[in-house]
Amino acid sequence: MSHAVSTDIHAPSSGTNYLNNGYGLRSWLLTRDHKRIAILYLLSVTLFFFIGGIMAMLIRLELLTPEGDLLQADTYNRVFSMHGISMVFFFLIPAIPAVLGNFLVPLMIGAKDLAFPRINLLSWYLYMFGGAFTLWAMIHGGVDTGWTFYTPLSTHYAQGQVMMAALGVFIAGFSSILTGLNFVVTIHRMRAPGMTWFRLPLFIWSHYATSLIMLLGTPVIAVTILMLAAERAFHLGLFDPRLGGDPVLFQHLFWFYSHPAVYIMVLPAMGVVSELIAAFSRKPVFGYKIVAIASIAIAVLGFLVWGHHMFVSGQSIYASTVFSLLSMLVAIPSAVKVFNWTATLYEGSVSWDTPMLYALGFIGLFTIGGLTGVMIGTLGIDIHLHDTYFIVAHFHYVMVGGTIMAYLGGLHYWWPKITGRKYRPFWAKISAMLVFVGFNLTFFPQFLLGYMGMPRRYWSYAPEFQVLNVLSTAGASILGIGYLLPAFYFAWSMRYGEKSEDNPWGAVGLEWQTSSPPPTFNFHETPIVTHDAYDYHDQRPTTAHKGEAALV
Amino acid sequence: MSEHQPSIRPYILVFLALMVLTAATVLVAKFDLGAANDIVALVIAVTKATLVVLFFMHVKYSTRLTKLTVIGSVLWLAFLIGVTMMDYASRRMSDEVRGAPYEAPGRGSAGQLGDVGGPTDPVSSPAAADGE
Amino acid sequence: MFNPAPSSGNVSVAGQVHHPALQHHFDTLEQQKESSSLGMWMFLVTEVLFFGGLFATYVLYRLRFPGVFAEASHHLNVPMGALNTAVLICSSLTMALAIYAAQVNKKKAIVPWLVATILLGATFLVVKAFEYKEKFTHHLVPGPNFDLTQFSPDHARPAEMFFSLYFVMTGVHALHMIIGIGLLSWLVVQSRKGRFDSTYYNPLEMSGLYWHFVDIVWIFLFPLLYLLGYHAR
Repeated sequence: MSHAVSTDIHAPSSGTNYLNNGYGLRSWLLTRDHKRIAILYLLSVTLFFFIGGIMAMLIRLELLTPEGDLLQADTYNRVFSMHGISMVFFFLIPAIPAVLGNFLVPLMIGAKDLAFPRINLLSWYLYMFGGAFTLWAMIHGGVDTGWTFYTPLSTHYAQGQVMMAALGVFIAGFSSILTGLNFVVTIHRMRAPGMTWFRLPLFIWSHYATSLIMLLGTPVIAVTILMLAAERAFHLGLFDPRLGGDPVLFQHLFWFYSHPAVYIMVLPAMGVVSELIAAFSRKPVFGYKIVAIASIAIAVLGFLVWGHHMFVSGQSIYASTVFSLLSMLVAIPSAVKVFNWTATLYEGSVSWDTPMLYALGFIGLFTIGGLTGVMIGTLGIDIHLHDTYFIVAHFHYVMVGGTIMAYLGGLHYWWPKITGRKYRPFWAKISAMLVFVGFNLTFFPQFLLGYMGMPRRYWSYAPEFQVLNVLSTAGASILGIGYLLPAFYFAWSMRYGEKSEDNPWGAVGLEWQTSSPPPTFNFHETPIVTHDAYDYHDQRPTTAHKGEAALV
Repeated sequence: MSEHQPSIRPYILVFLALMVLTAATVLVAKFDLGAANDIVALVIAVTKATLVVLFFMHVKYSTRLTKLTVIGSVLWLAFLIGVTMMDYASRRMSDEVRGAPYEAPGRGSAGQLGDVGGPTDPVSSPAAADGE
Repeated sequence: MFNPAPSSGNVSVAGQVHHPALQHHFDTLEQQKESSSLGMWMFLVTEVLFFGGLFATYVLYRLRFPGVFAEASHHLNVPMGALNTAVLICSSLTMALAIYAAQVNKKKAIVPWLVATILLGATFLVVKAFEYKEKFTHHLVPGPNFDLTQFSPDHARPAEMFFSLYFVMTGVHALHMIIGIGLLSWLVVQSRKGRFDSTYYNPLEMSGLYWHFVDIVWIFLFPLLYLLGYHAR
């Protein structure tokens, strides 16, 4: 039996697909189709991304001048807290898994849907409920605790909407748990015939590893938030030193999740990058098996390093040393991936389409972010750099230079599959350039600022830091434009974009073996897999596979 | 999930064992065995839990994946508790090396910031004045 | 190590009547059953870590205030706690028997065993309610109700800490019991409609897994909360 291939891969798809299979609000809000749920998530996470972005804009505006002259100090604290909460919990953690993962996991493994479609929809509603509570909290003043909710500030002294914000995050956590649960079961039980574990695309391996983290880590922050809320509401002393409690315990429990959470944010991005590098080099990913196993290694090791967030919290120096050592170890599988992607490019047939630009951007920027992570994982250095802008720069390099770049790359790559339309590559490449330049201009100066001693979470600073801060704000403006443009040209493409054929990039993967957009049940016939993940041997570039060149 | 021939007998036997172990745990707790009290209580609890997992939850007859899942979750719980306690267990040593400015109250350093007059545990600290 | 999807799924099942419980995105009932079971186990993994955070908190403070925790534990009602332990163990048995009844196609026995489980679970909650009320009358509820003078000045706050843990841990456990009873009630409704038999009883089995898990949590809570320093009572 051969693959379920549409008869003419060059012709645009026609007929019923998941988008036109039923109209009306009810058909979307009560859908069980993983692809529609992915679209729902796309809209929601974009909303929170822009909310977080507005907060970022306020931060950068304030930091144009050394004095605290735009916002009051307390307001500034609330702004950066809401920036962190929106971005971490409502954008970075869900974005790639819930948008791209939801859409692609069943397609890539040859299944009709996820294992639990109704639970998938429930996930989205939980996300929305959590988001609603958090928005309510923001509108009514927000919190000033930072996204980290440290005690006893959050349990006792903070005057803002701690309970509501905590409740919002708590609910959203269950959204994450259910997504992870769905992915694990789907990947174990619903692979098409012939799709063995080591034939799975690396995107699937990454999402599997991510899902393990979601299941093992999220419940701990959930119960910790519950304890925080109970303490605040009933004046318990779980984290209050005056009542025998220990604020550092909160940090242990909080970071037990929140460190692995950063791997929830970056592993799916790495999965996307693997797909993009393979497709746009027209080669299998070098060392496929090792990259797959590295994803699992990152997930496991990522749970053993959380104390590196607590080097100056009073943690024992022996524990700190162990955490520092383990933090070095966790860098290794990530580095292996970077080497393997680079090796994939070697002697590949590389094309410079927009998704590839983002993928290459990821590799460079994630490397910088990762290396600076190793720097601050070094106990002696972190004593000085903790709570400075060096930390801020580090995590923005991995989260924004890493995850968001990969997210954008993935959106561009799979856009024709998801919507059946093509975007105009000219504007897409302009955006990618603006994002890259804007990003580096925003955040590289922050490494220098941190190293020079500028503390984070301060709304005023010493005058000698101003030049770098002004550069950073200038960069942020450029970055903002780079992020806004896709909203426009993607929307434009929905109406006026050229219709896409099944496989506009000429890529290998089950998702490309069905129409763009796919039918509701994904495949007209269940595919049977007979080869490895990135089998590009027979796919030499022909005039038919022009990729983006076909769009102009 | 259980492909074996179903029978009531294992359930009844496990039920009786659980009841006996419950009685045992209460009985043993009546004696002062020092540190062994905790250990015995935990051993009994783990035994009871294992019986429930293997027989009531049919894990004995389940796939390797299910068994791996059970072991994995317990392992992760062990990480959470064990690695957290690695910090607290080494605080006293750490404070000595750091030259902590004051004698940390109670057994095991509380890691409290400043002198907030944290509660002491006179029952177990060496400087216990009077008993209860 | 991991099983690939069953190979029977790729051909059309022409001529084979679909089991009414088979959902459209699964190829076979077996695949659906295996998926549901794996899903419930994944959920239980999250529950282990959820309660785990509370147990981690307990471990820290227990090691920090061993004497005071034992003293505070003396105020708990061991007969009630032991009774509740026995009640839950019985309920696990009746739950297992409900599933057994389905397995051997004794459909009429399913509902009685489920109802027995529910009643035992309800008994647990009633006993718990009595215990909580008792704590309230003895001024042992953390916060404004707590009478610190019951303990010597140095012991009062750690004792209150013990009770904070007691209420949070048993409270979260009780919430899980309530949800469990709700789940079982839904199963009773479904069973009365004759939905379960030896060909299909997966929801019973999965709910059983949940119920047994909640029992296991109590198996740990009982000695850790009630039997601390029991010998010194």
